[in-house]
Amino acid sequence: MTQLALVIDLNVCVGCHACVTSCKEWNTSGWAGPLTDHRPYDKDPTGTFFNRVQTFEIGEFPKTETVHFPKSCLHCEEPPCVPVCPTGASYKRKDNGVVLVDYDKCIGCKYCSWACPYGMRELDEHQKVMKKCTLCIDRIANDALPEAERKPACVLACPTSARLFGDVHDPDSEVSMAIREQGGYQLMPEWGTKPANHYLPRRKTRIQIFEDELERADNPLRKEAPLPAAEGETLDDVSF
Amino acid sequence: MHPAFSVIFLTTLIGVGQGLFLALVTGQLYSLANLLQPQDSMSFYAMGSLLSLLFLVVGLLASFFHLGHPERAWRSAARWRTSWLSREVIVLPLFMLLVAGYAAVHYFGLTKPLFVLQDVIQVDASLILGILGAVAAFALYICTAMIYAGIKFIEEWHSPLTVINFVLFGLASGFMLASAFSAWKGVDLVGFYGAWAVVFTLAAAVSRGLSLRRNSHLVHKSTLQTAIGIRHNSIVQKSQGFMGGSFNTREFFHGASQRTLRLAYGFFLGMVFLFPVLLLAASYWLASPYLPVAAFAVQYLGLMAERWYFFAEAKHPQNLYYQSMA
Repeated sequence: MTQLALVIDLNVCVGCHACVTSCKEWNTSGWAGPLTDHRPYDKDPTGTFFNRVQTFEIGEFPKTETVHFPKSCLHCEEPPCVPVCPTGASYKRKDNGVVLVDYDKCIGCKYCSWACPYGMRELDEHQKVMKKCTLCIDRIANDALPEAERKPACVLACPTSARLFGDVHDPDSEVSMAIREQGGYQLMPEWGTKPANHYLPRRKTRIQIFEDELERADNPLRKEAPLPAAEGETLDDVSF
Repeated sequence: MHPAFSVIFLTTLIGVGQGLFLALVTGQLYSLANLLQPQDSMSFYAMGSLLSLLFLVVGLLASFFHLGHPERAWRSAARWRTSWLSREVIVLPLFMLLVAGYAAVHYFGLTKPLFVLQDVIQVDASLILGILGAVAAFALYICTAMIYAGIKFIEEWHSPLTVINFVLFGLASGFMLASAFSAWKGVDLVGFYGAWAVVFTLAAAVSRGLSLRRNSHLVHKSTLQTAIGIRHNSIVQKSQGFMGGSFNTREFFHGASQRTLRLAYGFFLGMVFLFPVLLLAASYWLASPYLPVAAFAVQYLGLMAERWYFFAEAKHPQNLYYQSMA
């Protein structure tokens, strides 16, 4: 079983929205497009997006941190949006676990969007069908592309490599190792939806220096001070 | 959740239609058991079930306004194994067909007994269709309610009380309409249907009261902490990723002020539970055909407000991601 997914490193994301724009660019012109806009150059512009970057402030001043949080379909292993679809337009691909919508079958009843606790599905205002992240299915399953480009547009666009892509069921894949070794977690685990996408938490990198390491008697950078009283030969004085 | 008028009309109108049909079948069964005098097939049962059919048709029409692609609505019968919406799409036309059949049998007077059960019960086509229709009516109540009660993420809805409420509201308004219809037709069943309407209205008051109480004490499973997976007591959203709104900010927020919400709350409590009962009680003394009609009209308006509030009080967990624009 293959379950393709994204692993998003919140420790690395700088909130530049490059994944948002590259997603919109690729998908509006690709298989899943168009991602239509409403009033794009007017007051209150709105439109269909598969991917967004949100920003949260954690803590209280002065101990605050800004966390940028990229948000797209999590391609759940138990997708609650799929069984509620009355037409079968919403489905999960057997071969790679990607959750997709068949635009030709969708009646635009919005019921699947109610059944997604994450709010990852959007009704396209103009096409009147439900749209969602396809994990760039037309890139990742396209054998005509060079191997290195068979990745979602957002992954290729990320300037800080905060987005990893791979098979989370393969224990030796880059994504599985990242989840295992860097504390990868799922969103809203309380619902049992088993999201395939994982997030890597903020991590603090601290140098651990102990007092005696700075105060070592034979530290050459030690502040000049009278040498300790001679207590016979030290190890340094031994010569062979 | 954003209250969509298409769904408010659909659920309230078909609820009335089902309730009215159940009232007619109840009346027929009572007269079969010689507890009520039999009514005229043509003017009472046929006209009554046509009125029920009218409500169902208008409700079905309203539901099409909820769809992005109504021309593909036929596809929605496909996933009846997993989707309550799909089941409703199958049961509703089936029920309408049975109501139409019941109306036709009464209209054309095809009520000659087909066979006799245990030497007493004379079974005719209308009785068979009526009982099948009654089963379908209850199945439809359950399908409609389970569309809402089945979504575990919307915890205000995810309760057996939602199903009980839908059934009782439908029965109350349907029997209320049956009482109004009898009063209008000058049939001596105003008291019979009115009494049942009051019983169902009071029962609905109890079950809706329980669900309102449950929802006011509800502690939601998901928090902002689990939504973004960061363990800290103080998290403030600084950006949603856009300024002009999106499907997420339109579909899942009612956008009404607290004042409007309280107003709708008070309005539906009075209009659904209090005034119709008072009007029916008044009609008991005054014997005016207008009072039961008014009671039904008042309760129907109240039910629309109740359904609006039903949507507005439901808080979807996705709203955690959309708490402040900037």
